[in-house]
Amino acid sequence: MFESEFMRLALAAGAIVGVLAPAVGFFLVQRRQSLVGDGIGHVAFAGVAAGILLDVSPILTALVAAVLGGVAIELLRSRGGAAGDQALAIVFYTGIALGVVLVAEAGALNVDLFQYLFGSILTITRSDLVLIAVLGAVGIAMIVLLYRAFAAVIIDEEGARVAGLPIGALNVALAALAAVTIALSMRVVGILLVAALMVLPVSAAGRIAWSMRSTLVLSTGIGLACAIAGLTISYYADLPPGGTIVLTAAGVYLVALGMSAVRGR
Amino acid sequence: MSLAVLLAGVSFGYRPGQRVLEDVNLRLGEGEFVAVAGPNGGGKTTLMRILLGLERPTAGTALLFGEPAHRYSGRRPLGYLAQRSVVGGDAPTTVREVVAAGRVMPRRIVGRRTPEDGQLVADAIERVGLAAVADAPLRTLSGGMQQRAFIAKALAARPALLVLDEPTTGVDAESQESLAELLADLHGELGVTIVYVSHEFGAVEHHVQRIVLVRRTIVFDGAPHDLPGMWHDPGHVHVRE
Repeated sequence: MFESEFMRLALAAGAIVGVLAPAVGFFLVQRRQSLVGDGIGHVAFAGVAAGILLDVSPILTALVAAVLGGVAIELLRSRGGAAGDQALAIVFYTGIALGVVLVAEAGALNVDLFQYLFGSILTITRSDLVLIAVLGAVGIAMIVLLYRAFAAVIIDEEGARVAGLPIGALNVALAALAAVTIALSMRVVGILLVAALMVLPVSAAGRIAWSMRSTLVLSTGIGLACAIAGLTISYYADLPPGGTIVLTAAGVYLVALGMSAVRGR
Repeated sequence: MSLAVLLAGVSFGYRPGQRVLEDVNLRLGEGEFVAVAGPNGGGKTTLMRILLGLERPTAGTALLFGEPAHRYSGRRPLGYLAQRSVVGGDAPTTVREVVAAGRVMPRRIVGRRTPEDGQLVADAIERVGLAAVADAPLRTLSGGMQQRAFIAKALAARPALLVLDEPTTGVDAESQESLAELLADLHGELGVTIVYVSHEFGAVEHHVQRIVLVRRTIVFDGAPHDLPGMWHDPGHVHVRE
C-alpha cells in the first residue's frame, strides 16, 4: 500500500486530520456543542458551491465560508438572543440552502461536488498536503497555547467571567479553529462526515479516560488510529475511505462503551 | 482603609420598572469578613452579581478596587464560589484540573502552566483537605468535597476578594462548620476580604465582624452583637415592617 504515491499522501493527510479534528472537537463536545461541526460543515458546502460557480479553489472559498459561519453561530448564540441550538439551526439551514442554489446555478450537481460531500482523500495532491500540514500545525499550536483558557471556561464559565477572562474572544477563537479544521478535513472524510471525526473519538475517549487532559490526548490518539486503520481497510477492501474511517471510529466508541460498562462506570 | 467594594445608590431590575434592588449603599474595606444575609428573593444574589460585575446596575455606581465593576481589569484576583457550583463538560475532570482553572488570569491567557501555578494549586488543595483525592474525577466525590474543590479553585487565584454565594446549600452540618473555620483561617492568616452570602448565618456568624441584611435595600449593617434578636433568623426580616 505504501508503494503508491496517492496512498502515502492520503495517509499523511489522514494522520493530520485524524489528530486535529478530535482535538478541536474535544472543546466543542465539552461545551455541549457537538453539532456545531455539522453546522459549520453545511456552510462550508455553500463555500464549495461558490468556489465552483466563481471558478476559484473550492477549498479556499469553503475556508472563508466556514470561518464566517462558525463566527456567526457563536455571535448569534452569545448576543443574538437565539438559544444555542436555534442559532445553529439558522446557520445550518441557510448554509445548505445557499449551497443548493449556488450548485444548481453552477450546473455542478456532479462528481466534482461529490468529492467534497463524501471526501476524496485519494486525490489529494502534494500542494493540498502542504496546505493541510501548515494549517494543521497552526491549529495544534493554538490548542496547546490556549488549552488552559479553554479548559477554565469549560470547567466554570461564570468563574472565568468573574476572573476577567475574555470569554467572547475565546469562543470566537474556538469557532474559527473549528471552521479551519472542517475546511481541512473536508477532502479527507467529506462535509457530511467531518463532524463525526470531531465527536466520535472524543466520546470514546471520555468513556475510558481518567482526567480532562487524558480525554483530550486519548481522543487525538483514537482519531489518528481510526484515520490510519480506516484508510488501510478501505485500501484492501475497496471501500470508500471517508465512510470507512468514520465507521472505524464508531466501532472504537462501541468498544470503549463496552470497556466502561465492564468497569462499572 | 482602602475599599474593595463600593456600591453607591445602586438600583437594579431585570425588566424595566422592576426593582430587585433599590438605592443600595455599601462600602467594604479591604480585609473585612462580612456576611450578607436576607430572605430568599430579597436580592442578595443580584447584589453579588452587581458587585462582581456580572450585572450592571440600572442606576448608581458599582466599583471593585476603584474600577467600574462590569469592566474590572482583574488587576487584583477575585475568587467566586457560585451557588451550587458544578463542573462543566463531560470529561472526568479531576480535582487538580478544576483547581488549576483558578490560575488562568486575564494577563496569562496564552501559554502553559508554570511551576508556581503547580505549587499554588497543590497548596490550595492541601488547605481544603482534598490532597488524598487530588487526582480523582470530581464527579466521583460527595457534594461537600466538590464544593471544597471549588473553594480551592477560588483560593488558587490568591484572591484579594473572595465571594461565596450560599456555600452551605446542600452541605451537611459538619462540612458547614469546617467551611466556617477554613474561612476564618484564610481571613486571619492572609487578610483576604471575604463576602459570605447566605439566607442563614449558621456557623459563620461567630467569625464575621459585620453583618449586612438585604431586603431590596440594606435594612441592617453592623456588628453581629448589635443585630436585633428576632433578626437572627433573616427569614423574619419582614416583621420590622
